[in-house]
Amino acid sequence: MSAHEPLVLGIETSCDETGIGIVRGHTLLADAVASSVEEHARFGGVVPEVASRAHLEAMVPTIERACETAGIALTDVDAISVTSGPGLAGALLVGVAAAKSLAIALEKPLYGINHLAAHVAVDQLEHGPLPDPCLALLVSGGHSSILRVDDVTDTVTPLGATIDDAAGEAFDKVARLLGLPFPGGPHIDRVAREGDSVSIDFPRGLTSKRDLERHRFDFSFSGLKTAVARWVEAKAASGEPVPVADVAAAFQEAVVDVLVRKALDAAATEGIEDILIGGGVAANSRLRYVAEERATKLGIRVRVPRPGLCTDNGAMVAALGAEMVARGRRPSPLDLPADSSMPVELVLNV
Amino acid sequence: MLLAFDTATPHVTVALHDGDRVVAEYASSEAMRHGEMLAPGIADVLAQAGATSRDVSAVAVGVGPGPFTGLRVGLVTARTMAFALGIPVYGVCTLDILAAEAMDAGHDEFSIATDARRKEVYLASYASRQRIGGPDVVKPAEAATDALVIGRGALLYPEAFPNSAGPEHPDAAVLCDVVVRERFALLDPEPLYLRRPDAIERAS
Ligand SMILES: [Zn+2]
Repeated sequence: MSAHEPLVLGIETSCDETGIGIVRGHTLLADAVASSVEEHARFGGVVPEVASRAHLEAMVPTIERACETAGIALTDVDAISVTSGPGLAGALLVGVAAAKSLAIALEKPLYGINHLAAHVAVDQLEHGPLPDPCLALLVSGGHSSILRVDDVTDTVTPLGATIDDAAGEAFDKVARLLGLPFPGGPHIDRVAREGDSVSIDFPRGLTSKRDLERHRFDFSFSGLKTAVARWVEAKAASGEPVPVADVAAAFQEAVVDVLVRKALDAAATEGIEDILIGGGVAANSRLRYVAEERATKLGIRVRVPRPGLCTDNGAMVAALGAEMVARGRRPSPLDLPADSSMPVELVLNV
Repeated sequence: MLLAFDTATPHVTVALHDGDRVVAEYASSEAMRHGEMLAPGIADVLAQAGATSRDVSAVAVGVGPGPFTGLRVGLVTARTMAFALGIPVYGVCTLDILAAEAMDAGHDEFSIATDARRKEVYLASYASRQRIGGPDVVKPAEAATDALVIGRGALLYPEAFPNSAGPEHPDAAVLCDVVVRERFALLDPEPLYLRRPDAIERAS
């Protein structure tokens, strides 16, 4: 870490986590997160108005905590970066407004960046500069995408995405079916370890020959979710106990199989030798294991940030902001919008 | 200098006060674009006055009631700026800003009503230079009166409020005056939502 590397504060409020990260170049100095997940748990999903209210309350205390952890004064910061989209409109707006306020108060440049590109850029904090090109598999409660990343500050090309539910959403819904708490991902992962993943054969969405013609790198998890629901209902109707661990393991295997299969197919097709997995579902231990195992056989390298950097956080936004500064990208204007459906190709909003 | 703004109605209003008088003002040209218009408005008043953020010694913000999304843009901007600059932040009820302007126009007993959407209004009543009722969120028919009601919420519902008048929206120049002369209670920068999130209403 050298003093001339840019010191950047990043703000993330696209969903239910208020994240403030501080990085210097590729070095993580602080990653403070305030989550309203407990307030949402009783609804089984994120309530936008509840999330927006929580962001307002958490913003200043979380900035303060991040500065303390990093051992910096706010006035030391060289630039502010913020998630401009995609995400929940009202939630994004709180972060974007806070970022603009800091930019004005500190007289520093503002970078309104894409949340998905930030999920990719965060790995630089852990594993150093990204290989270019690299292939990114981003999976969370909000996204399921395969991206070709030639330059994380400028050139990101979507290859495939979910056509219905996000992978993380499927985990939440199946967890609810099985009586496991929200958010479902970690609980399915834990319970599945005791289960038999081949005991039930759940469908792999968009993998039939016909589907592959039109949706080669796209995902669908809605049919899988329905299949799990039907299976559980039938079991319950027959009066037999539902084998929760087996259902969890078989469901998880179906999701992981499709994610890894399609990501590796995309890498092979694009001639890319490095895959990066990000997003909250990247914390899933089975996904990490299967990806690593199958990729190694094909001579493909897999990079996965540690779980704390996979879920939404401010560090990822700061990491991409620092890259923008280092590459001399033009800052965003003060009328920067919060763009809930920001296209993935738009990495920096100017 | 005091930097003041309100985002609790469809419009954004910003003003800068140098201790003696308002030296710069900004009003948004488009409604419902608080997120895009507030920060340029702040930059604009500073530029007009030849000032920088370091010249700002306090922030004042309208704390609503008003539509939540816009309201939060103002509050998070005010809180964050005050924290970054290490200066105080004062909240003022948005309806009090309108009331101060109405008093300056010579009115003594009146109510203020702003648009709460969903066919409701935010309402507060005033007499002898004080707020004596509200703010509440009410249906116009339930609050119908022949007495003077000022603000956009009055003009929207003439059957309920036949005796209505402007101004329609709060003016940050008046907000400066309210804070400098402490014409109404100065509040913490906490939002006056007056409504709970929908999901909680459904759950309970
Ligand atoms: Zn995310």
